[in-house]
Amino acid sequence: MQLFLALTVGGLFAAGLYCLMLHSIVRLALGLVLLGSATNLLLFTVNGLQRGFAPLVPEGQDALTGPFADPVPQAFILTAIVINFGLLALLLVLVHRTAQETGTDDTRALRTELKDSKQ
Amino acid sequence: MTPGVLLSLPIILCLGAAAAGQLIPSRAWPRRWLALLTMVLVTVVGALLLVTVRRDGVQAVQMGGWAAPFGITLVADLLSALMVLITGVMGLTVVAYSAATLPASREAGAYYPLVMVLVGGVCGAFLTGDLFNLFVWIEVMLGASFVLLALEARQEQLEASIKYMSLSLIGSVVLLCAVGLLYGVAGTLNLADLSVTLPGSTTPQLLTTVSIFFLVAFALKAGAFPLYFWLPASYHTPPAAVTTLFSALLTKVGVYALARVFTLVFTQDPQLTSTLLLVMGGLTMVTGVLGAVAQYDMRRLLSFHIISQIGYLIAALGLLTRGALTALIAFLVHYIFAKSALFLVSGATARVTRTYDLHQMGNLYRTQPLLAALFFIPALSLAGVPPFSGFFAKLAIIQAALRAENWAIAGTAVGVGLLTLFSMMKIWREAFWKAPPENQPEEPSRPLSLGDGVLGPCIAMTAFMIILGVGAEPLLELADAAAGQLLDPEEYVRAVMGGRP
Repeated sequence: MQLFLALTVGGLFAAGLYCLMLHSIVRLALGLVLLGSATNLLLFTVNGLQRGFAPLVPEGQDALTGPFADPVPQAFILTAIVINFGLLALLLVLVHRTAQETGTDDTRALRTELKDSKQ
Repeated sequence: MTPGVLLSLPIILCLGAAAAGQLIPSRAWPRRWLALLTMVLVTVVGALLLVTVRRDGVQAVQMGGWAAPFGITLVADLLSALMVLITGVMGLTVVAYSAATLPASREAGAYYPLVMVLVGGVCGAFLTGDLFNLFVWIEVMLGASFVLLALEARQEQLEASIKYMSLSLIGSVVLLCAVGLLYGVAGTLNLADLSVTLPGSTTPQLLTTVSIFFLVAFALKAGAFPLYFWLPASYHTPPAAVTTLFSALLTKVGVYALARVFTLVFTQDPQLTSTLLLVMGGLTMVTGVLGAVAQYDMRRLLSFHIISQIGYLIAALGLLTRGALTALIAFLVHYIFAKSALFLVSGATARVTRTYDLHQMGNLYRTQPLLAALFFIPALSLAGVPPFSGFFAKLAIIQAALRAENWAIAGTAVGVGLLTLFSMMKIWREAFWKAPPENQPEEPSRPLSLGDGVLGPCIAMTAFMIILGVGAEPLLELADAAAGQLLDPEEYVRAVMGGRP
């Protein structure tokens, strides 16, 4: 299972980076979505996969013994998903607005500064 | 006030006022005064915090009463407290400048609440004692900055926002990976707890790998070579007030995080990380200043100087001696004021000339003598000319490099100082000294004037620079004490972890 998830994380990172290199701001946004998901999955995988051991202290004891699924990384992932979601919503608005203003989603067209300096 | 109140107030004030600011009627004056009041309060709380930490040592509080390392820790040593105070001062300056320069329709909108969210995020990043919370506060700060950058929605701003946002998000992905991997290795993210447990780690190589992740992520936030490309692509597009706020606070959070992480947590392989930081710092200085020399847009030129000055800070961190860290902190304080003064003045000159292009300016020395003086002093200070604050800060860095027998860094620092002076004199010559260009329209359609209250914040910043230059001794003393706390984390750890080892 760990190997499978590790390969998935690698695949997602590769796909995300590939999308970033295409000349399109919509694909840029998609690439960032993929990178965000890859990171969340990475957090999940490196912090130990445990099945069937809830982090509950058994009755009569005052500490956890034996293997348990650590809830802290899951809390991290949840927080990261929320942050990522908010920022991506903003990014999509920006992409939409830019496409409206410039009439293109080609990143090579988004170079006002270079055009300005040549004038 | 108890330390718990003092530590949480900067964050609560900013975020609370941001929420309240959105709820009150959408008019310019109530929002403006709410923002001013909040920033005054944050400044006062920051000053109280600094006094308390100076008197009683490092202050820490566990949110919700959960003991460290399980709860959320807020902690202030001298560096954090000093940075919160400066954040408050800069917030106040920028709000006052915005009130004088922005159109009322902009002020009535979400502008001030966003500024307060940004300041709150910055204060949170300075005060948190936990790496995951540091990530969250950095995201809060970045989220506000994305919106502030794109608020006017002109085409160049939208393009700048997309570049800035996508590169920042990549940085955040790297930071989150670093945080997750470190939790996998160490099982904790509390800075004080990490400082205690990591030296006994059985896998130091893995820790070094994780530390490089942190180095890359924070260096991107700080705008260090070779990860600074988002900065000159975006900082010249928003209004001058927003650029000032960004240049004063955003990159400094990256530098602060680097200083915190590489003095407190990752001390297992100082040889490697110090060398990397020194090389990175030196190259950042040189590439930044060379970029600036080539520019003829006033704000873009100043943006490249942000990068070059960040190089000084990172090189000082790489030296990692007490003298170097003292110099780092003194330089940080000086440089926030100097750079802000220059950006504020660039906004003021643009109000008079309606352009940031140095070719189109001229003769401001005659028409705006006070403005010329307000540019001249911070420009000399940034270049490191005595008796202004920059001289002592730069001297301290060069002395620390010489004492560490690192001739390359000392030589680079001197050379970059000269180039800085050269490019500052270029602005002086082009904008203030030379005759105005011939082909200018004779009668401007509306009379060009500065407007009320624009110079106030510039005068305040310049005054700080003279005070910090003439009276450098107290600042250097404070910086020395803060550097001592950074190099000897025992007090920090004791304050956070309480009696437990």
